[in-house]
Amino acid sequence: MSTAVSDTAAPDAAELALPTQRGYWGTVGYRLRYDHVTLFFGALLLLIILAAVAAPLLAPFDPYQESIIRRLKPPGYQDRYWLGTDELGRDMLSRLLHGGRITLTMGILPVIIATLIGGSLGVLAGFAGGVVNMSIMRVMDVFYAFPSVLLAVAISGAMGGGAVNGMIALTLVFIPPLCRVAETATTQVRNLDFVDAARATGAPMHLVVRHHVIGNVLGPILIYASSLVSVAIILASGLSFLGLGVKPPDPDWGLMLNALRQAIYVSPLVAAMPGIAILITSISMNLVSDGLRAAMDVRS
Amino acid sequence: MAMTSFAVEENDGRDRGGPRQPLLTVQGLKKHFPIRGGIFGRVSARVRAVDGISFAVRKGETLGIVGESGCGKSTVARLLMRLIMPDAGEQIFDGDAVGERGGISVAEMRRQVQMVFQDSASSLNPRMPVQNSIAFGPIALGTRQAEAIGMARELLVKVGLNPALFGGRYPHELSGGQKQRINIARALAMKPRMIILDEAVSALDKSVEAQVLNLLQALKRDLNLTYIFISHDLGVVRWISDRVMVMYLGEVVEIGPADALYASPRHPYTRALLASRPALDPDQRREEAPVSGDPPNPINPPAGCRFHTRCPHAEAVCSARAPMLSAGGDDAHLAACHMQDPSSGHSQALRH
Repeated sequence: MSTAVSDTAAPDAAELALPTQRGYWGTVGYRLRYDHVTLFFGALLLLIILAAVAAPLLAPFDPYQESIIRRLKPPGYQDRYWLGTDELGRDMLSRLLHGGRITLTMGILPVIIATLIGGSLGVLAGFAGGVVNMSIMRVMDVFYAFPSVLLAVAISGAMGGGAVNGMIALTLVFIPPLCRVAETATTQVRNLDFVDAARATGAPMHLVVRHHVIGNVLGPILIYASSLVSVAIILASGLSFLGLGVKPPDPDWGLMLNALRQAIYVSPLVAAMPGIAILITSISMNLVSDGLRAAMDVRS
Repeated sequence: MAMTSFAVEENDGRDRGGPRQPLLTVQGLKKHFPIRGGIFGRVSARVRAVDGISFAVRKGETLGIVGESGCGKSTVARLLMRLIMPDAGEQIFDGDAVGERGGISVAEMRRQVQMVFQDSASSLNPRMPVQNSIAFGPIALGTRQAEAIGMARELLVKVGLNPALFGGRYPHELSGGQKQRINIARALAMKPRMIILDEAVSALDKSVEAQVLNLLQALKRDLNLTYIFISHDLGVVRWISDRVMVMYLGEVVEIGPADALYASPRHPYTRALLASRPALDPDQRREEAPVSGDPPNPINPPAGCRFHTRCPHAEAVCSARAPMLSAGGDDAHLAACHMQDPSSGHSQALRH
C-alpha cells in the first residue's frame, strides 16, 4: 500500500488549521470554467432572458402596430424590419422580443413552482415511505393517468382562460411527474448506508434530509425539470391556441407559431421564427442543465 | 481486561453502573420482516431474521458475532442502533432501558453507541467532503461548524490520515481502506462508548484489513471503547474478540470466551464452522465439507433445534424441542444444544 507512508505522516499544527482547498461550489465553478459548451449556451440563454426583460428598450417598433400594406414581408424589408412582418403587418423582431417575456414566464415559472412542490412531496414520500408514500403517490397517480395536454386544458378551462390561470394549470400538470422522479431518486438514496449513518448520529430528520438526501437527488430532478421548460412553452402555446392561455393580440411565441401556420407557404422564414426561438431556448436550457449536472457530480 | 475496566471507571464521567455492570444488555430481541403479497398487501409470511436473542456486552470488551450469511448478524446491528425497530425485546444501556419510560431515549443512546458499516462505498455521502461527513453528527447536534470541522481534522489524524491531504477530498478519491478509516472517524466524532462494527473490515484486502484492525485495537485502548465486532471471518473474530457469540438462523447457538469457544466448541454448528476454515497445513486439507447444504429458509425455520436438519448428531428430541442456552459446567460458556443437558433425553448428552 503506497499511501501508507503519507497516510500516517503526522501533520503539524499549521496543517491542521488549513482550510479546505476548494469548497463544493468552488469545485463546481472551476469545472464550469472549462466546459465551453455549457458556457456558450449559458451565455445564449442569459442573452435571451436579458433581451426579453429589456424588450421595451430594444424593440424598434410597437409590437401591436398593424399595417395592411406591409403584411408578411421578408426579413430586411425596407431595411428597418430586420426580421420581416407577420400576418397583420406587425414587426416580427419587436413581437419576438416582447413575446419572449410572456413565453419565458409561462415556460419557466410553472416549472420552478412545480419543482418546488412536486420535488418536496416526492422527497417526503420517498424518505418517509409506508403510508405517507402510499397516500402521496396514489394521488399523483390519479393526475398522472390523464394525458398532460388534456389535464392542462381541463384545469385552465375550468378556471377560465388567461395567462395566470394557464400557468396555474401548467404547474398542476407538472407536479406529478416531478414528484415521481423525486420519489424514485429519494427511495434509492434512502437505502444507502450513509443515510443510516447520519440517522445513527441522532441528528434530526430534517437535517439528515437537507444534508444527505437533497444533494443526491437534486441532479435528476433538475435535469428533468429543465427538459420540462420546452414542454411548458409548447403546452402554453397549445392553451393559447385553444383560447385558454395568452390571448391575442399579446405576443407569445406559441401563439405566434400557431397564427403564422397559414403563412408557411407565403413566407416560410417568418413563419418559422417563433419555432426557432422556442427551439434555441429549449436546447440552451437542456444543455446548460446537463452541464450543470456534470459539474455538480463530484464523482466524475 | 481488569486494567481496561479500571481505566473506564476512572476516566469516563458517563459511566454510571461501575465496571461490573454490563455496558449493554439485550433481552429477547426479535425482528420478523413481513412478506406482503396479494392485492391487499396481506402478510403472507414472516422472515424470522432475529428470533429472540439475549446477550450482554461487558464494559471494555470486544464481543464478536459470527455466523453464515443471512443468520441475522447485520439485522442485530441495525436493531441495536434502532435503524430498524425491533418487534420485541429489551435493550439496556449501562443500566438504562433504551426507548422506554424511565430510561434513555433512542437519541441519547445513539450519542453513546455508533456503528461502522460494511460497504465503505455506500456508507459515505458521495457529495460531501469527508471531513464534513465526519463533522455532520456534531454539527447536527449543535456544535459550531468551524469547531466541528477542526475536531474532524483531529480525528483524521487519529485514524492515520493527513487532514491537509484528505480532509477536503470526496469519497471517490479515496481507497477502500481510507474510506473505512473515515467511517471509523465519523463514528468516533460522536465520542461514543460503544462501536458496532458490522463487517467493518470484510471488504478490505488482507494487508489493509490488518492495518485497520490494528487501528481499531489502538483506538479501543486509547478511548476506552467497547466493541461489538460482527464478521463472517472466524480468524479475525478470534484475533480481536474477548468473547464470541455464534448465531444460526436468527438465534444464538453458542456464546463464550473466544479462547474457550475456539478450543472446545460445544455446539455442533460451531464445530462445523470452525472445521470449515481452510487448513494452513496442506496435509490436513479436508476433502468434504463439514456441514453440507444451505441453511434452511428463515421464513419457515425447522421446528425444535433449528440446526437439526444439518446436524450429524440429530435425534428425535432435536426436532421435538428447542434447546435452551445452557452452561454445562462453565457459566461463561453457553451453548444451545440438547447434548449439553443431561436431562434432555439425547443419547450423547452425558458424554459432554
